[in-house]
Amino acid sequence: MSEPSPSSAPPAPSLGKIFWVFLVMGATSLGGGVVGYLRTGLVVRHRWLDDVTFVELLSISQTLPGLNATNMAILVGDRLGGVAGAVLAMLGMCLPGATLMTGAAYAYGLGGDDPWSKAFLHGIAAGAVGLILVVMVQLGAKVLKTAADYLFVLATAAAVAGFGVQVPYALLVAGTIAIWWHRPRNKGSK
Amino acid sequence: MKQLGDIAGVFAYLSLLTVGGGMAAFPELKTLSVDTYHWITFPELLHFYSLGQLAPGPNMMMVASIGAIVAGLPGAAVALVAFFLPTGILTFAVGRLWTHLATWRWRPAIQVGLGSVAVGLVLAGTIIMGRGALTDVLYVVLAVIVFFLLLKTKINPAYPIVASGLVGLLAHWIQYTPTT
Repeated sequence: MSEPSPSSAPPAPSLGKIFWVFLVMGATSLGGGVVGYLRTGLVVRHRWLDDVTFVELLSISQTLPGLNATNMAILVGDRLGGVAGAVLAMLGMCLPGATLMTGAAYAYGLGGDDPWSKAFLHGIAAGAVGLILVVMVQLGAKVLKTAADYLFVLATAAAVAGFGVQVPYALLVAGTIAIWWHRPRNKGSK
Repeated sequence: MKQLGDIAGVFAYLSLLTVGGGMAAFPELKTLSVDTYHWITFPELLHFYSLGQLAPGPNMMMVASIGAIVAGLPGAAVALVAFFLPTGILTFAVGRLWTHLATWRWRPAIQVGLGSVAVGLVLAGTIIMGRGALTDVLYVVLAVIVFFLLLKTKINPAYPIVASGLVGLLAHWIQYTPTT
């Protein structure tokens, strides 16, 4: 898309603004799918990033360990305000959910043994399995291209869930094989 | 103090396994928090994990819940810092390097290769979670309905998940007895 050149490089937002925007996203991104909220907030509403940069940063976030939401907060925060920007973006992103889930632990201590709470939470857990499967399918649709990729998925899952292989070993072995499988090939040129 | 040290060690370790999302670390989270340290039971872990999916922000803030159960507010703080600091520093460093790696020949190989393994880890986590959560045909049906609803529509995931909780309540109210 064409964009007007004067507004293509908006002035860097203040650190307070960075913290506030991420705090709002951290507090309002209910029900998972933080990536959608991030795009709305960062690309559409505040125009701190264009879509190409957003996708680029997202692909870094997905490749590295760490959650997409916090990795994105760090990468975007760093671009907008350096180290302080990264720290504040991350804090803003985490603060609301962390407060809620800490509170949930205390509430659970008071009422978690109640059979009604248990029945409710058991239902929620079943729904969450459905949600996680959807997230997995969406992630898979992006990265799985060849039959070999599906084999890597099944082998990794079978090793961990079926044979109790510890995740770090599975990650190391399957990761090495998969990366080697996709290794850069010399296409005639040396 | 020893407990805080254990929390720090466990969650720092887990954070490094979250390739492809928090679910990738779920198998080890279950092993360590339930089987090794006996901080919580498996059903409790499922409850907090699922609540964490509903909470706003990153979907693994439930590490704060486990920390709080083990050692109160300091426990929650230590769990959060341990879980987010190591990967945070890594992401920060790689983020600054990444642009220099744009033409590195191995970059696509790492992205695609790790991608498929990450999907495998998420699948493993989902299977282990399913063993605890899908204890009866009713809950299997619930999970399948939520799956297709979220796959086919743009509905906010919070709604079907809360609805699943209400179905759980209803099942308790009518004294639905599991078939198995």
